[in-house]
Amino acid sequence: MTRTARTPIKFFSVLSFSLVALWLLIAAFPFLWTFWGSFKVQSDFFSKADWMYALWGTNTARETGNAFTGSGYYGAWIIEGFWKNFLNSGIVVFFTVIISLTFGTLGGYALARSGFRYAFWILMATLVFRAMPHITLVSGYLLPFFEWNIWGYLPTTIIVLVAMNQPFTIWMLHSFFLNVPKDMDESAMIDGCTRFEAFRYVIVPVMWPGVITTGLFSFLLAYNDFTVTVMLLSEENETIIPAINSFLGTTQVEGKVMYAVAAVVSVTAPILVLILFFQRQIVSGLTAGAVKG
Amino acid sequence: MILFIAIPIGSAFVQSLFIQHDQVLVLSKNCGPFGCRETTSVDIEATKELRQDSPLGKFNGIGTYLNRAHLAFAEVGNAWAVSRTFSGFLNEVLDLPFYGALMFTLTYTAVVTPLVLLLGLAIAIGVNGLPNIIKGPSIFVSLLPFLVTPLVGSLILFWMVDGDGIIGATIQLIFNDPDLSLKASTGLTWTMLIVYGIWHTLPFSFIVFYAGLQTVPVDTLEAAEIDGATKWQRTVYVVVPHLVPLITFVTLMLLMDNFRVFEPIVSFSAEAHARSLSWIIFNDLRESGNPLYGSAGATSILTIIGVIFLLTPVLIRNWRDFKLRRL
Repeated sequence: MTRTARTPIKFFSVLSFSLVALWLLIAAFPFLWTFWGSFKVQSDFFSKADWMYALWGTNTARETGNAFTGSGYYGAWIIEGFWKNFLNSGIVVFFTVIISLTFGTLGGYALARSGFRYAFWILMATLVFRAMPHITLVSGYLLPFFEWNIWGYLPTTIIVLVAMNQPFTIWMLHSFFLNVPKDMDESAMIDGCTRFEAFRYVIVPVMWPGVITTGLFSFLLAYNDFTVTVMLLSEENETIIPAINSFLGTTQVEGKVMYAVAAVVSVTAPILVLILFFQRQIVSGLTAGAVKG
Repeated sequence: MILFIAIPIGSAFVQSLFIQHDQVLVLSKNCGPFGCRETTSVDIEATKELRQDSPLGKFNGIGTYLNRAHLAFAEVGNAWAVSRTFSGFLNEVLDLPFYGALMFTLTYTAVVTPLVLLLGLAIAIGVNGLPNIIKGPSIFVSLLPFLVTPLVGSLILFWMVDGDGIIGATIQLIFNDPDLSLKASTGLTWTMLIVYGIWHTLPFSFIVFYAGLQTVPVDTLEAAEIDGATKWQRTVYVVVPHLVPLITFVTLMLLMDNFRVFEPIVSFSAEAHARSLSWIIFNDLRESGNPLYGSAGATSILTIIGVIFLLTPVLIRNWRDFKLRRL
């Protein structure tokens, strides 16, 4: 009797553990493999003869004298000028985050404190924006931008990215400010602060957790964006993601796939660091809308 | 904010009503010793001027919506008349670019969403049962595929399933067919994209469900345990009902994200076999030298209509909730 009752429990846990283990393997393996392979030559990374070549770098050792080579990175960063794209990305990401956070904090605070129920409409705008394929919006932007001659520049892209990001930031910060007790700024205003001073001295010191979480997601949006940047930036202003895409077009022919591999690894590294430091905030941000509702 | 949403949609709509100018043709008489001939030639100057004067092109009304690249009523009607079996008709229709893309987008959405929901829930329950020391790292690892850029993530997989890459080569070995390529056939390409989609979005549902699991009331679980429910029964009858609101939320998010699938097609270079609506727009805009704004605009509007269809149930429910709260 006890045996029959216990067997399904054991079976269940074993099954779920092996499922988790399998998933972790599937999630991590491609990254480890590509990271390891980025230090090899192409004939190792794409070794049809024996996949162990990619592990030990047999051909790499034969061609360069060492089992590890930085030639992919050298090619991508120096020869193909990937550092320029990285710089562009840095500029775009920095300004997108700063601008959308500034508007988001002020707007979110105002909406949270004004009595009117904007909440529904912001939520709707956020939803619509998430649902809309970005490319449909970009197709609307493109022709006017050509006509006004502002196509291809970084500021244009930053404005578009901020616009796409804004409903989301306002929504997130709005729900964050709703959780900050109203009493705090009201008591500050009774003590003689103006509305702005109350915001500056009372709200700003306590708002950082919410701002950091929102900032992380703005960062990811701007950093990961392909649709907007590939359509709106000219070749010399490309950010990293479209740059990788254009690498592919040229490298397949020249046999320089390893440049792209190295670039891909370089792009992934910052995200890895980001998750390492901000895992808690990312998880809380992902679930913010869900768990409460 | 509303400005930035409404204007591009409006602009896309206006663009969709126009098509490119025809080239200006000049009829000239060429008289030679052997009599006169009429020749038509393209007046490049005039064409350029015309394009500059009205960059939108000429007005076409809803013609673009109805042409072969979009709704293609004429072609669909024709196919209906010509083909005898239903599957024959379907084949004809799916050869049209818009319907083909719609088909892929819908299939992708319909397959990826439920699989991701189920697997995400299973993994969340699994991770929840892990000892605390392993939980953090396993969440860390799980987040990776989701947060990494879609283009980059799919490239990483693409290199692995390449005929010379590790997975591709292994598959060739298993099936003992050195020419087997995942990129060659439509079915395999679709499978590859769908597998990528699951890999990419699974972390999202996992994380949300995992967070939800932390809020499951312990008392209820204990009560069920005392009543003799097995772990499986507790999962099905206590945990899952508790997570129902989350499941709705995740489904909504997944539907929206999957409907706009785009980047993997670019980096898998799968456009020969699988095109999504977003990809068609992208392709129109990329048309080198002479972007087809009208066509892109029309597809955009049709896609937006599709999104609205997808979201209507949710919007209606939200509106009702909102009204209720107001009362």
